[in-house]
Amino acid sequence: MSGLYDAIRSVAARYPESRSAILPALRLAQQEHGGWLPPEAFRDVAEALELTPAYCRAVASFYDMFHLEPVGRHMVEVCTNVSCALVGAQQVLEAFEGELGVAAGETTPDGEVTLRTVECAGGCGWGTVVVVDHRYHEPVRPEDVAEIVRELRDAS
Amino acid sequence: MPRRELLLEDADTRDLTKLAGYEAIGGYASLRKALDMERQAVLAELLDANVRGRGGAGFPMGRKASFLPHPDDTPKPIYLVANADESEPGTFKDREILLRVPHLFVEGVVIAAYTIGSGHAFIYLRGEYLAEFEVVTAALEEARAAGYLGKNVLGSGWDLTVVVHRGAGAYICGEETGLLESLEGRRGQPRTKPPFPAISGLYASPTLINNVETLATVPKILELGGKKYARIGVENSAGTRVFSLSGNVVNGGNYELELGTTLRELIDEIGGGIPDGRELKAIIPGGSSVPVLTAAEVDTPLDFDSMAQAGTMLGSGAVIVIDDRCCMVQLGLRVAQFYMHESCGKCTPCREGTRWMVQLLRKIEEGEATQGELDVLLNVCDRILGNCLCPLGDAAAMPVASYVAKFRDEFQRHIDEGACPFGGESSLAGVLAPVDQHDAHLRSQIEVPGIRAERESLTEAHG
Repeated sequence: MSGLYDAIRSVAARYPESRSAILPALRLAQQEHGGWLPPEAFRDVAEALELTPAYCRAVASFYDMFHLEPVGRHMVEVCTNVSCALVGAQQVLEAFEGELGVAAGETTPDGEVTLRTVECAGGCGWGTVVVVDHRYHEPVRPEDVAEIVRELRDAS
Repeated sequence: MPRRELLLEDADTRDLTKLAGYEAIGGYASLRKALDMERQAVLAELLDANVRGRGGAGFPMGRKASFLPHPDDTPKPIYLVANADESEPGTFKDREILLRVPHLFVEGVVIAAYTIGSGHAFIYLRGEYLAEFEVVTAALEEARAAGYLGKNVLGSGWDLTVVVHRGAGAYICGEETGLLESLEGRRGQPRTKPPFPAISGLYASPTLINNVETLATVPKILELGGKKYARIGVENSAGTRVFSLSGNVVNGGNYELELGTTLRELIDEIGGGIPDGRELKAIIPGGSSVPVLTAAEVDTPLDFDSMAQAGTMLGSGAVIVIDDRCCMVQLGLRVAQFYMHESCGKCTPCREGTRWMVQLLRKIEEGEATQGELDVLLNVCDRILGNCLCPLGDAAAMPVASYVAKFRDEFQRHIDEGACPFGGESSLAGVLAPVDQHDAHLRSQIEVPGIRAERESLTEAHG
């Protein structure tokens, strides 16, 4: 874990106060721990930033991009906010549910893909916006979904 | 009104993401000009330009900057924070600026920092914006290597460090004091004001916070001169804005227009009108937090005063077009669900009120609400308005109250008919919001079949 410790210390040096580095530190820890934050991740971040693990967990729980439970190796996020919903986001979501065989909020049994809805991703004019492993796909129509899932399966 | 591009000018025909391309069209000349001027003279140009903030609130940028103490009059460091936490539903214009004219934005950051005498700037970038992070980081590297920021900027003797700070998914961090809390390493819960950030902001030091688009306007103001910039647009609404057009419109996207252009021009002439032969029903003119306009108000000009006269706001410049397939109760429910999800929980009226709104709107949508419950909905909106530390609660209450005010018949029909008059055919029918996903997630955690069934029945009983 000294790699993570050093990486967090190096990010913290950019700020006048090291606590400011908690979001980048949690992001690094999450990458290190397979996409989510187990209890030991909070201990690592807390040690590097001289905070408590409880404090780190309290901060992490505020933010949508931190996961407090295990997630799949890949993340598919479908925006269902107003602009995307007006142009068929629910149909896109249902196409993913059909293709992956899980409901929104669930992970495929092989642990490969977590599917979830998200609030406005900021691609409203090109809805429906789908974010796959932090990369934006826009616009996505229900007929595009099979190809996206195929590429995801091929990548893993 | 003819189209007028200032910020995105040339970006259609040239690659302005690289320094060489940006310098070839005169990039960073405004910074050189600014460094040859006294700080007060640069501020005077911003005041003359009368440019109003592009993030949502519309506060004049020059005045905001003028509230900061002079660097000689404060023992504390002065900070500049660029608010790049774009997340108002319907808004994606800062993304356009970050991706296509990143150096224009960086130049604006450097000039603004110089103007207020700051040596430290932070860019608070929305966490989801990974591609934008890569482009902006590359632009900063190029600018640093060329001497436009870092030690001794262009030989002026002034140092500026710029740090990109990525968020992690929280709408409230776009609110300036929520942003500062987040940047200080806390949950992004807004602070009481006063003190305002100009006096006590980041690390309790004087801080200027400006939106991406506002900062990207600064080099253009210096290029044209403040007085000349002020003549673009209409009275009280100087300049251009990058409008985000979305929803039921043929050509969604970002369009930079002179302020004062009408909604009709944007939607019909530029956006290509409503697809599938449908009728325009409603327009959300400034992001999901602002009151709605009806189709009859489509000739309203996109400027601060005209929008205020129409009872709404220009907000973040996000125009969401809604056609006649949309049930306004469902729209209200979906908007309320968003704000419930994003409420930070600090103020009771917002934390509890947004939940009340969601529950009442769901009952109305399902045809199970009584007449009195429609009044309760409006009462809840009224009790949120103006009673919280930040505008998030208002952002839920204002639009929903406006849907009831302007489409009351539609709400009434849900109650009278005991069902949604759209009968499941609304464009928003059955859309799954993240707040409703938690039950599904809970079920997925239970793997033993017997317990799973029991948990599902529990969830149904309590859900």
